[in-house]
Amino acid sequence: MKLRVYLNFDEKSVTSPVIWKLAKEFDVITNIRSASVKEGMGLLGLEIEGETSIVEASARWLEAQEGVHVEPIEQNVIEG
Amino acid sequence: MSESIVRALKCRECGHEYEIQPTHVCEFCFGPLEVVYDYDKLDDKFTRELIESRPQNMWRYKELLPIDGEPKVGANNGFTPLIKADRLAKELGVKELYIKNDSVCYPTLSFKDRVVSVALSKAVEFGFKTVACASTGNLAGSVAANAAAAGLESYVFIPEDLEQGKVLGAAIFGTNVIGIRGQYDDVNRLCSEVAGKYGWAFVNVNVRPFYAEGSKTLGYEVMEQLGWKAPKHVVVPMASGSLCTKVDKSIKEFIKLGLVEDNQTAMYGAQATGCSPIAKSVKDDTDMIHPVKADTIAKSLAIGNPADGYYANKVMKESGGYAEDVSDEEIIDAMKLLARTEGIFAETAGGVTLGCAKKLIDSGKIPRDESIVLCITGNGLKTQEAVLNEVAKPRIINASLKEFDVLAAADGVK
Repeated sequence: MKLRVYLNFDEKSVTSPVIWKLAKEFDVITNIRSASVKEGMGLLGLEIEGETSIVEASARWLEAQEGVHVEPIEQNVIEG
Repeated sequence: MSESIVRALKCRECGHEYEIQPTHVCEFCFGPLEVVYDYDKLDDKFTRELIESRPQNMWRYKELLPIDGEPKVGANNGFTPLIKADRLAKELGVKELYIKNDSVCYPTLSFKDRVVSVALSKAVEFGFKTVACASTGNLAGSVAANAAAAGLESYVFIPEDLEQGKVLGAAIFGTNVIGIRGQYDDVNRLCSEVAGKYGWAFVNVNVRPFYAEGSKTLGYEVMEQLGWKAPKHVVVPMASGSLCTKVDKSIKEFIKLGLVEDNQTAMYGAQATGCSPIAKSVKDDTDMIHPVKADTIAKSLAIGNPADGYYANKVMKESGGYAEDVSDEEIIDAMKLLARTEGIFAETAGGVTLGCAKKLIDSGKIPRDESIVLCITGNGLKTQEAVLNEVAKPRIINASLKEFDVLAAADGVK
């Protein structure tokens, strides 16, 4: 499946390599589609692709990261 | 004039264009999509005279709305009064003040009837049978009522702690009301997932680009009601920030079509201090919107992660406007002031708009000698809890003239 999310980083998390950690932790393809980093804040449009259970686990992991706000994009769960 | 001038859905970020379809996210960069038009196709045929010849509802501007032909839902919606608010103007110390009173919008007493009738008309065109929304209250009532009148199945998702008037104001229409444990942002997140899975028309998710265009009719009406003039200053409440951007768009469209002259209109946004991510970004002179946890009595504005915040911020800055926020106490004071001076019982969001306008005037951000329009977007009967203990209780007497005489004498009545 493919999961599409917006990620919002606060000033503490914005300098942390969250996407690298995500890819190390889970067997998923991460595809950054848009990004903006400034003034102690970051916004990221991210596509995560892989086995359904692993993608879902990776989304839960992202939500648990301090200072990271995860917003699903509708019509985002594309069965593939 | 039946030919649609709608050109496409266009990504606000990367500019990629898409055919008209029920979607609102760019496949390339995940940016939001907006309806764009070929204004040249109107070819001077969309005139003041044509508009004035039509029935007084929001569809008199149908050429500038993203529907095909006639509206399928909400044919009588919109066209609310614009009131010259002289008593309130005197109180605020300003020369020319108007209230756009959408607290009496047909049929559910909020400006949401404008956006919903466009969204549901489009949903019917797309062939959807079930419509839905994530709502802070007003939208739920409007979706439920307009769907009922159009014979559509509906689901409305709301935070579980919503005002009783708003829950009842949706449930009466036979909709499926789903209360979610959490805040509006949690409701919205769930709805994103439901929209992806169930294939319904979510007015503020997959048909959002069409839905949002309905807000423009508020701006068109203000300009027509001012005698085909753009106001100098407009104050709107902000939740997602969409209304701010769409009123601005309506003014730019009328200028482009030669229906009004450019009056350098400045847009101002109002939020409750307990949920003011957009106002904060404007005050901090940044364009980054930091999500917040909402905590305010103005529940209809309690969106902590506003989808159009960035664009509303840009509109306010580019138009020469500003943003302000007010405390819950100031909201209640402003609701009472509006009721006392103009006989309008606005919901808490109306208190936010007036409270912020007062601050903007007092601080000199809005000059006292130019035209100001305040947009009141919802009715106070739906948020009675906010002022229940703030108004005088009835004085009870027996049905006796003697007792009334005593009461009148105490009041100094002669």
